[in-house]
Amino acid sequence: MTRERERQILIDRIAKEARRGRLSRRSFMSHATAAGLTATAATGLWTSRVAAQTPTKGGTFRLGVHDGNTADQMDPGKYQSVGEIQLSHTHRSYLTMITSDNGLGPDMAKSWSATPDARTWTFELDLTASFHNGRPFTVTDAIASLNHHRGDKTSSAAKPLLESVVDIRADGDQAIVLELNQGFADLPWIMTDYHLAMLPANDDGTIDWQSQTGAGPYRIIEHDPGVGTLLERHEGWHGAGAWFDRVEMSVLNDPNARQAALVSGDVDAVTSVDLKTLALLQRHPDIEVDNIPSGSAITLPMFTDVAPFDDNNVRLALKHAIDREEIIEKIVFGTGFPGNDFHVSPNMPYFPADIPQRAYDPDKARFHLREAGLDSLSVELSATDSVLPGAVDMVVLYSEQAKAAGIDITPVREPSDSYWADVWLKKPFVFVKWGARPTPDNMFTLAYKADAAWNEAHWKHDRFNELLLQAKAELDETRRAEMYREMCMIARDEGGSIIPMFVNFVYARRRNVQHGPSVAASWEADGARSASRWWFV
Amino acid sequence: MRDILGLVLKRLGLGLVTLLVISVIIFFMVELLPGDLAQAVLGQGATQETVEALRQELGLDRPAVVRYLDWLSGAVVGDFGTSLISGDSVGDAISDRFLNTLFLAAYAAVIAVPLAICLGVLVALLRNSLFDRIANVLTLTSISSPEFFLGYILIFYLAVKTGLFPAISSLSGDMTFGELLERTFLPALTLVLVVTAHMMRMTRAAIINLLASPYIEMARLKGAPPWKVIARHALPNAWAPIINVVALNLAYLITGVVLVEVVFVYPGIGQLLVDAVAKRDFPIVQACCLIFAATFILLNLAADVGAILTNPRLRHPK
Repeated sequence: MTRERERQILIDRIAKEARRGRLSRRSFMSHATAAGLTATAATGLWTSRVAAQTPTKGGTFRLGVHDGNTADQMDPGKYQSVGEIQLSHTHRSYLTMITSDNGLGPDMAKSWSATPDARTWTFELDLTASFHNGRPFTVTDAIASLNHHRGDKTSSAAKPLLESVVDIRADGDQAIVLELNQGFADLPWIMTDYHLAMLPANDDGTIDWQSQTGAGPYRIIEHDPGVGTLLERHEGWHGAGAWFDRVEMSVLNDPNARQAALVSGDVDAVTSVDLKTLALLQRHPDIEVDNIPSGSAITLPMFTDVAPFDDNNVRLALKHAIDREEIIEKIVFGTGFPGNDFHVSPNMPYFPADIPQRAYDPDKARFHLREAGLDSLSVELSATDSVLPGAVDMVVLYSEQAKAAGIDITPVREPSDSYWADVWLKKPFVFVKWGARPTPDNMFTLAYKADAAWNEAHWKHDRFNELLLQAKAELDETRRAEMYREMCMIARDEGGSIIPMFVNFVYARRRNVQHGPSVAASWEADGARSASRWWFV
Repeated sequence: MRDILGLVLKRLGLGLVTLLVISVIIFFMVELLPGDLAQAVLGQGATQETVEALRQELGLDRPAVVRYLDWLSGAVVGDFGTSLISGDSVGDAISDRFLNTLFLAAYAAVIAVPLAICLGVLVALLRNSLFDRIANVLTLTSISSPEFFLGYILIFYLAVKTGLFPAISSLSGDMTFGELLERTFLPALTLVLVVTAHMMRMTRAAIINLLASPYIEMARLKGAPPWKVIARHALPNAWAPIINVVALNLAYLITGVVLVEVVFVYPGIGQLLVDAVAKRDFPIVQACCLIFAATFILLNLAADVGAILTNPRLRHPK
């Protein structure tokens, strides 16, 4: 090997390391000049080869997914598991999408607009989009896809999201119009919900979900529920990205198996890592960990119509008796953000940043107990580890913290496989984890509105509900933000839920997998769109 | 030979009755579990209305007895129904995975059974020697460790540290047989470690038990070398208990490997059963359990027939 060739290899390696983010500009310059380049040449190399960060096409992206089951479904109305959500964003498309910087962007709808009362919405469709079976996307498909989640007969879990929609009709062959029975400014955000995938319509107005087709960036070649899915690029995809030629999603439910597969290079990325060994994994030279604050909240709802929780002072006592910082440090190993007893996370729009953080204060908790006319308080708190690994530990820790305030919390470990059916919404004080929702309105309507089916604290506050309706139809951003701020204050000081923290999404990839400067926080792996947004370097 | 045929037929008949009883038990056990398929499928997203709609869609609103009889009338003519969740026929859902399970079991058995019996004979021959002690300690250690733990240890040393074998055993259709053997080597090795001790110690015990018999003493006195005493004289009489233990372990390799499947992400039938129970997908649960029950019935029958064939005395019960 000649010297010249050796030098070329060395420079290539330095450039590659820098592209992977392991070298700063300064160290890149010093390494490159040491390898024999002039400073000008090195600068040129930095701008052209390193900083450009242009994604390159090619390769098979192997993604290890957690929470995949043999019972995973193709019917978008029944999507529920992380595995289903990861796959649905890879082989199907939606009207709108959450972009990697957590804004709202177009997907199969090019643009949208509303009447000033926010009751009539028009979505302009992207007619260059097509399904994997070659059929172009039409208004009929869009209407049928949304109707799949509406009506008396539907078994879709997304039914409550579209409850206010009274009519969906075509406007020419380019656009669809949704008529609502109340103003709803967040409707375009709702269209990013993972259930509302666009699918080809059948002649009778139903949709064809059975054939596994979609209009997403990748087409399914082989799908085995609970085992894995093999996909290849859909050449007619209407969006940007989709750099990989093929995507191989493997279901890796066991955290150790997942980690071993990533470390040994059997997969290129995984959707979740074990927090207990996070510090060790971060030290691994070939692994890059993404620790992304998310809107996924832990809530401890108390039935506000059941004693002793019907007294707001009792609820305030319990809210002051929890040490959020310690819980984040010991239960999720620092990968969380303290909650402030209102269900809006810092990366949601309209987050009121100026509301003071509630702190652990046993004296104040005692004070509220006395206000309620009590010397001590004894309650049971139900939890199960399938909701969040460490859920029961967290309840035990909380019960220790609350002792300082004279509150006796008995942790109850519930069976995991019927937790949602028999414990949640049934017992008065329970542990719940919520997936991230795109907007405050979405979250409040689902779980804090007086007549919501999932009003997990049985909480009915007149002013809160009045504001919710007003804000829903308010298109003026400033006024809307003010309303949400007031609602957050009400929920924080009078609401029925303790919100100790928002948990981060923590996932990892091998260093040769690159993503843009920011990633979406809606789901694991860049809003479940890693397959179409990431690339190999 | 005819008496063996009679025995086999009689036992197969009894086996069918056992399977019927098991199917009733399984059905009502699944019924007893809290929640039903509609709630399990919709999970946190369940509302009263959507649960009702899904129940009607799947026919879960009919009484349990009607649903059982409905399933049974199909099962007797070989139609085990369709998965309530995917809508695929149970046969399609299970067959691939059952073949995977059988393959892994066979792979492990092909290594474990000869290994265990040879080791058993060897340690019987060299009993109370250092070799005997070491073999015993090692195999007992491996059988006493939980199998997922053994799996993790093997992954750590043979996959993560040295990279000799893949850490996960996901299969794809276009693999050659050699690749398949390499991919599934670690789970097979885990199973080998788990089942070897039991068979080896039973072989050792059965042989040593016979060594005190007068006819063995006779063989020694006439000057047969120790290995010949064991292989020619003791072993034939020791087959019956060994075969029984082998059969039990083979059944275990098919029915008890769900932890190994999880650790190595191997698409076998155990994982399918666990998922089906969690979702209350009764036809799949029923079919998996019946396969497991049939495995036990058939392997026990095979063990009994094997024992009779190796010991003609058993053919003439007094």
